[in-house]
Order: sequence, then structure tokens, then C-alpha cells
Amino acid sequence: MTKEKGANIHRRDFLKSGAALASVTLASGVTLMAMGQGVAAGANPNVRWGLLIDANKCPSDCSACISACSNEHGWEDNGLPTDPQWIRKITLKDKNTGHENTLPLMCQHCEKPPCVDVCPTGASFKRADGIVLVDRHICIGCRYCMMACPFKARSFVHEKVKGQKTSSPRGKGTVEGCNMCVHKLDKGEGTTACVTACSATGNNAMIFGDLNDPSSDISLALTNYPSVELRDDLRLNLGVRYLNI
Amino acid sequence: MERIKYSELRSTPKLWSLLAILVGFVGAAALTVLYIEHHGHIVTGMNNQIVWGLPHVFAIFLIVAASGALNVSSIGSVFGKQAYKPTARLSSLLAMALLMGGLAVLVLDLGRVDRLIIAMVKYNFKSIFAWNILLYTGFLVIVAIYLYAQMARGVHSFALKAAGITAFLWRLALTTGTGSIFGWLVARQGYDAAIMAPMFIAMSFSFGLAMFMLVMIGTCTMTNRRYAVELRTRQARLLGLFVAVVLYFTAVQHLSNLYVAEHNGFERFILLEGGIYTWLFWLGQVFFGGIVPLTLLFHPKLDVKKGLVVLAALLVVLGGLVQLYVIIIAGQAYPLEIFPGYDVSSSFSDGVINQYSPSYLELILGLGGVALALAITIIGMKILRILPVNLSDDNVDITQV
Repeated sequence: MTKEKGANIHRRDFLKSGAALASVTLASGVTLMAMGQGVAAGANPNVRWGLLIDANKCPSDCSACISACSNEHGWEDNGLPTDPQWIRKITLKDKNTGHENTLPLMCQHCEKPPCVDVCPTGASFKRADGIVLVDRHICIGCRYCMMACPFKARSFVHEKVKGQKTSSPRGKGTVEGCNMCVHKLDKGEGTTACVTACSATGNNAMIFGDLNDPSSDISLALTNYPSVELRDDLRLNLGVRYLNI
Repeated sequence: MERIKYSELRSTPKLWSLLAILVGFVGAAALTVLYIEHHGHIVTGMNNQIVWGLPHVFAIFLIVAASGALNVSSIGSVFGKQAYKPTARLSSLLAMALLMGGLAVLVLDLGRVDRLIIAMVKYNFKSIFAWNILLYTGFLVIVAIYLYAQMARGVHSFALKAAGITAFLWRLALTTGTGSIFGWLVARQGYDAAIMAPMFIAMSFSFGLAMFMLVMIGTCTMTNRRYAVELRTRQARLLGLFVAVVLYFTAVQHLSNLYVAEHNGFERFILLEGGIYTWLFWLGQVFFGGIVPLTLLFHPKLDVKKGLVVLAALLVVLGGLVQLYVIIIAGQAYPLEIFPGYDVSSSFSDGVINQYSPSYLELILGLGGVALALAITIIGMKILRILPVNLSDDNVDITQV
């Protein structure tokens, strides 16, 4: 059974998690959260957050979602193989027909995440609302999760980080990846930086929402259109689905 | 036939010089760790595609060899071959030393070495890595007890056998765990194979016995001790058998993959089109690491030519490192197949063979682990009565080999 944190919070646990939330106080009012127990406590077990991406609506020359993610979380890709990439654009060309399309790929937030299974310390974990995260306080940098991820969705921080955002802590020697903008969700914003940026371009290739709510936009779209999940042979039940690939 | 006597190694300039060289390697590795720790893994050859590099090759070689080095002890006390018993103490000591060397490299390559304590207090019991932490520490404790039972006076033979059986079963579990680190990686084309566990056990038999023979021959030569020719030759022939078993598992691994269409791309990469990896596989692993030592170890004049045994064992060790390089690095170099049926490209090396050039820092760290294992072995032999002084052919009951 996959480990979940955050369900059935009692008063004492809530107070403890409040202390954990304020992981590192940098200065008055500025706090670095480590994506640990504190963040886990914010999860609503009745929700499963998910993304639906329509490849037909994703133009090959658009990278708005990537820039938005980079700005939101403070990671930077300068083209080096050691640079992190929380989200990337993939170009697909059908070997038989030659048909091409592009799509963004990030952590697929599996229901049964292999990264969580293999992590020796439990730093890789899944919140009760389905978001897969790395607790930077107990990640030892073994990179086994990177070996296990079927989507190459995680990056290892190879050097000292610059321009760190307080809402999205990063650290040299630890592993990181898409966290579904958990800080925004926990503030009740109900969306992610990449989806907001995609909507702003007018492409509307990404829909974000609660997969457990039958009336949510994402659930209605999934009901009405044939979607696929990547590597469905692995039966991981992904939180990210695709249309038109 | 005399009773076998054991003694500590005597202090000689040669011994201290060797130890000083080994300590030098360990020191260089320690400085390397501090350097990597300070700058981050950016200074190594590893990247976000090849996340496990040369240090893992050395670490896993040493860990696999550690469990195999215990063979000689197991053959003596579990399978009752009396003739192996005089060399059993070294076998146990070497097993512990190799494991310590391997573990040192493994943990010192972590992104956060300073958080090692977390790996000891926080366990995710679904993680094969977490199991291995328990298997490795358990191995050290069990083999230490086993070594004590081998050395102490008045230990009942039943107790010795019980310790031997426990250690033998534990080492099988340990190598199963190490092989399963790769075998259970379902996402990657080069892994995801149950055969990894038994293949790693076969590899451990082979690499461990080769390391044992090199240390045994080297130490006996350096300290002018006898290593009964008949015993040495039988152990060398056993090594030959293990080399053949590794070749067999390698063949089955690749034949099984060739039969399954989804693995054809990976097999084509390793066997035909992988460039350096294809050369390493055929020339390094199969030819120089398998066929050549196999031929040498079944040479009719093996008993009179000690050099052949040394050469064969060296080739087995080097071939083993190459085999692990192919498994670990080539397994990551081959791209993940996230979109079967499509040509894929991206800014994150999707759809292309991933590049990796190991840095000297990684090599120094890996060699530091080997040096640490050898230094522990020598120090162990210096302070404990590990090696026999009169292991001549006359004192070995050849009917019990």
C-alpha cells in the first residue's frame, strides 16, 4: 500500500504539523517550508488533484508553462545536463505516419508512485490529495527515485541554488520535481502556475482540478473525451492525463 | 600432518609501505568527498540523466564481492569441506572489509552525506534500499560473530555450523537485495528483470572468490607463507566454474530480452550499436572478463603456474567492474521509452542516448573504497590470527577438498 501523509489529522497532530510547517524561519514573516509534514497536513483526503493536457492545443513554439514554472519555483535551465527541469516540452513524431505534436511533461503524480516505493527514508511521499512531493528535510540525495521514475520527472540539484523562492524550497544535494504548486493550492488558489500561464496565452491546453469531483471541469472533460495516461502498462493510475496523442 | 597454526602478520617495511599507500588512497578519496560536498555533484561527470555513476560501479562491485568472499568460509563450515577451513578466517575478514569499503563509497556519494543519520533512523520499509541498509549492517554483525566462532577456542562445532549457515543464508538475501535494486526498476528497459537477483548471486561468487584469491596469494607471497598448491588449484578451478555460471546468466539475460519485442531496442544498443558500451560488453565483460579467465582457470598446468591464477583472478575482477559499468551506466544511457511508437525529442535528452564521462573525482572515490577494504583486511591480519603459517600441501587433507 502506498504511504500517504495527512489523512485523519487530530488536534495534537495539527499543532505539531503547524510547528513543522514553520521549518526554517529566515526572518520575521519569511519562512522556508521543506515540503514535509507541515505541507502534508494541508491535504484534503477527499480531493485528488489532477491535470488534463490537450496535445492538439499545445503549439510547438509555446513554452509559457515552462517559463511560468521556472519563475514560480526558482529553477533555471541553462541547457546543461545538470540543470533541473521540473517541466519540459516533448516533441513526438509518429514513426509510421510522421504526424508531429508537442506536449508538456512533468511529474505525473501517480496514485502508486515508484519514487515513493523506492525512497529509503520516506522523503518521497504522496499527500492525501494525490500530490507527490519530496520532503527536503529528509532527502539524503541517493537519487534512487530518479532511477525509478518512468517519466524522468525528477531532477537532482547539482550545485548551490540561487534565487530561491520561499514558497518552493530547493537545496543542493537533494532531489526535486513538480509539486503541483502545492503552496498555491494550500492557499486556496485552486490552480497551478503552468495552467494559469497556458490559459493566459489563450491556448487553454491544460485543465486543472479535482478528479474526485464529478462536476469539476477536468472530470467532465475526462468523461466526454478519450484520454490516455502515459505508460499505462505500469498501472500507476496517474494524476496527469493527455488528450490527442 | 601438522595441526594448522595461525599468526598475526609481522611488522615489515613492506607491510607498512603497502598500508601507507592504501591510506594515501583513502585520504585522497576523503578529500574528494569534501570537494564534491562543497561544490555539489556538478564537479562530477554525473548529471540528471546518468544519476548513478562510477562510484556506484565500485560500491556495488565491492558489496557484491563482499558476500562472495564469504564463500570459502561457507564451503568449510556449511558444506563440511575441511580443507577450506584454514582459509576461512581470511574469507570472513575480507567479506566484512569489502562490505565496509563498498558502503563507504555508496554513502559518500550521497547528495547529502551529512544526513546519513537520517538513513539510519527513518525507514520506508517498502524500499529495497532500506532493506539493504538492514541487510548490510546485519551482515557485518553476523560475519563478525562467525569470525569469532572460527577463531575462539572451545566453540562447539554445532555453534560454528549454526553461525555459518546463518551467514550463508544472510549473504544470499543480501545479494538478492542488491540485484533487486536494479531488477525491480520496472520503468527502465535495461532493468526490470527478475534474473538480476540470481545473476548478482552468481557474480558475487565469482568476484568475491577472485578478490579472495588475489588477497590470499598476495599476502602469502609478501609474507613468505605457504598456500597449499592443491588447495589453491581447487579454489581456482571453483572460480572457473563461477565464471562460467556468470557467463550463463549473462547469456540467459540477453536471450530472454531478445525474445521480447519491447526489449529489442535495448538489446540492439548493448549488443550491437552502443559504441563504448558494446565494446565494453563484448571485449571487457565477455572476452577478457569471462572467456579468457575461464580458459586460464582450466589450464592443465594451473597447479605449477601461480601467475595464471593471479592473471585470471585479476581479469575476473576487472571484468566484474566492466560488467557493473555496463549494467549501471548503459542501463541509464539508454533512453526511457515513455512514448512507444514515437520518435521523441526534448530539452531534457528524451529519445537520445545519454552521455556520461566519469570524472577523476569519481575514480578516486571508487579506488578509495577498494583501498579502504584492503587496508581493513591488512590491519585485521596484523592484529588478529587470521592467516595460517603452515598451510603446506602436507597439511591439507586433499580428500576433503
